Amino acid sequence: MYNPYSLDGKTILITGAASGIGKATSIECSKVGAKVVAVDLNAEGLNALMPQLEGEGHISFAGNLCAEGFLKELSEQVPPLDGVFLCAGVSDTTPVKFITEEKIDRVMSVNLVAPIMMLKQLLIMKKINKGGSLVWMSSYGAEKVEPGLGIYAASKSAVNGIMRAYAKELIARKIRSNSIMPMMIRTELLSTLNNISDKNWEKQEAMYPLGFGSPLDVAYAAIYLFSDASRWITGTQIKMDGGSNL
Amino acid sequence: MDEKQFIQYFAEQFDETDASQLTLDTKFRDIDEWSSVIALSVMAMCAEEYDVILSANEMENANRISDVYNIVKAKTNK
Ligand SMILES: NC(=O)c1ccc[n+]([C@@H]2O[C@H](COP(=O)([O-])OP(=O)(O)OC[C@H]3O[C@@H](n4cnc5c(N)ncnc54)[C@H](O)[C@@H]3O)[C@@H](O)[C@H]2O)c1
Repeated sequence: MYNPYSLDGKTILITGAASGIGKATSIECSKVGAKVVAVDLNAEGLNALMPQLEGEGHISFAGNLCAEGFLKELSEQVPPLDGVFLCAGVSDTTPVKFITEEKIDRVMSVNLVAPIMMLKQLLIMKKINKGGSLVWMSSYGAEKVEPGLGIYAASKSAVNGIMRAYAKELIARKIRSNSIMPMMIRTELLSTLNNISDKNWEKQEAMYPLGFGSPLDVAYAAIYLFSDASRWITGTQIKMDGGSNL
Repeated sequence: MDEKQFIQYFAEQFDETDASQLTLDTKFRDIDEWSSVIALSVMAMCAEEYDVILSANEMENANRISDVYNIVKAKTNK
């Protein structure tokens, strides 16, 4: 069957694969033919994911992406990759007057430093195939900041910045680099946002003509960016907002 | 838990309101400069000073400083 978005024959590494967007993307990628390399801190979550993947040849690695030793081990053991989804991330709701270096470090180390260090290892080990695609999880929050989301916004803006450096430096090998910037997607991460009350959630959702997003919506965008259908797209930020900024 | 100290910390989240103007009975939402940012700051203060995480629901249902004080008191053993 004709399918320009097929990932047949491609191997895609996905971080944050145990939950939310990373999990949905892992499952959807397997359905369109990819072999998935699932990575997450949460070993139990990975074990629950693996049987949900369609097809053969998927593997998983449990470990902390902020630990240099784990990144080395991971890069040595993974097969050559056609795509990397840098999806693992954490949030934070500290208003500016309460920001500490510790809080900055916690968010930056997962959202920004870990993807950079992982890609460095993968590139050194020559594990990213010619024509490969890197997909970064930024956030609409990089541009539209709510109170308390300053550190998070800074981390996601930084992701957009460095994403373009990979696009520029790796284009000679036809490796592409893009980011996705969603607004509100229903996942576990939202339950860690203690700045929004139940009543407020309803108000928030009312601002989205197309409702809150689902992890599937982001998964489909990622599949497009991993597929050969997007071979002319690099250095771009894809915004997804359910029509809430019209 | 020291009431005076709590009111002092609460007041520090405002720019133009002094601790002397506040009591446990004060309806903080009626204070002119009250805002969602100050609400978030009160929550951050409770985390920093008392190690207590207030949920957004708890914060939204609180009206008097005593409401917040009592939640923190119930959740802490300080
Ligand atoms: N949910 C949203 O509304 C939304 C919106 C915009 C962007 N995002 C971004 O999408 C990404 C995924 O978000 P989600 O909502 O699916 O979150 P989630 O909390 O459901 O999943 C995040 C996963 O990352 C893993 N992880 C965290 N730190 C790790 C580490 N150090 N090492 C290995 N794994 C680690 C967690 O174990 C978890 O399984 C994040 O980068 C987030 O910032 C989410």
